[in-house]
Amino acid sequence: MSTTVVEPWAEQPLLRYVAESSARLVVVMTSAGQVMAQHGFARAVDLMAASALGAAIMAASSALAQQVGERSFGALFHAGERHGIHLAPCSTPRGTLIVLTVFGRETSIGLVELFYEEFAVALRRAAPAEQLREPVLAADFEADLNRSLSSLFQPR
Amino acid sequence: MTDDLGRALDRISRVRGMRGSMWVSADDGIPVAQLLMEGVPGKAVAALAASLVRKVSGTAGAVGAGKVRFVQMEAAGGTLLVALAPPDLLVVALADSRVNIGLARLEMMRAALAVTA
Repeated sequence: MSTTVVEPWAEQPLLRYVAESSARLVVVMTSAGQVMAQHGFARAVDLMAASALGAAIMAASSALAQQVGERSFGALFHAGERHGIHLAPCSTPRGTLIVLTVFGRETSIGLVELFYEEFAVALRRAAPAEQLREPVLAADFEADLNRSLSSLFQPR
Repeated sequence: MTDDLGRALDRISRVRGMRGSMWVSADDGIPVAQLLMEGVPGKAVAALAASLVRKVSGTAGAVGAGKVRFVQMEAAGGTLLVALAPPDLLVVALADSRVNIGLARLEMMRAALAVTA
């Protein structure tokens, strides 16, 4: 199983989280669905779909939270027969990130949640302060996207 | 049901040397009900105890020892006790070295049996 990162500071916390929680797939993404690090995905198309859906679920749940007078909800957990997913926000100096974890029967939601808390603290500590961003230009968008994808899926 | 679980924890916690006890969802490793002394990390104990039971059960199955009913793990700083209450629950207790293991085990097995019945 491969672990790849766009932001190098996310690598060590992610490796430790994967080892401790026995998660099968993990994606660390921005709230817009831009992938910062991943573990376990073999194909870019699967990763992009998972991150887009994860970000959409978090956006929908935040909107629902505001409807009922909450600032935001915490983690979401869905249990399936063979897999479960844990989706949670993580506040860092680089803004709020979203972590999607897919796990199987070899671990449990209790363990994933336990080690997710440590992972969130480690990400918060490792993340450098937000840099001033240049405006995203349509002309640069595709090149940026391709750069991110190739850094996530280049052979190691 | 919740009252029964709470009463069982109350009885277990009266055993001398007990630092806390909890009902834990066996599959999820999440506390269902708990009675813990301050400073006992309930979520961590629940998650790790459920994981331990899964591994011990796997080992017991592999060596043909049959179904696990009780797990006792002694460490330098205390003892972790787990009684299985099939199909869904575990009774988990954390105790210090002064605990009367026999009495603790009796109360835990009684609680597990009451829920299973």
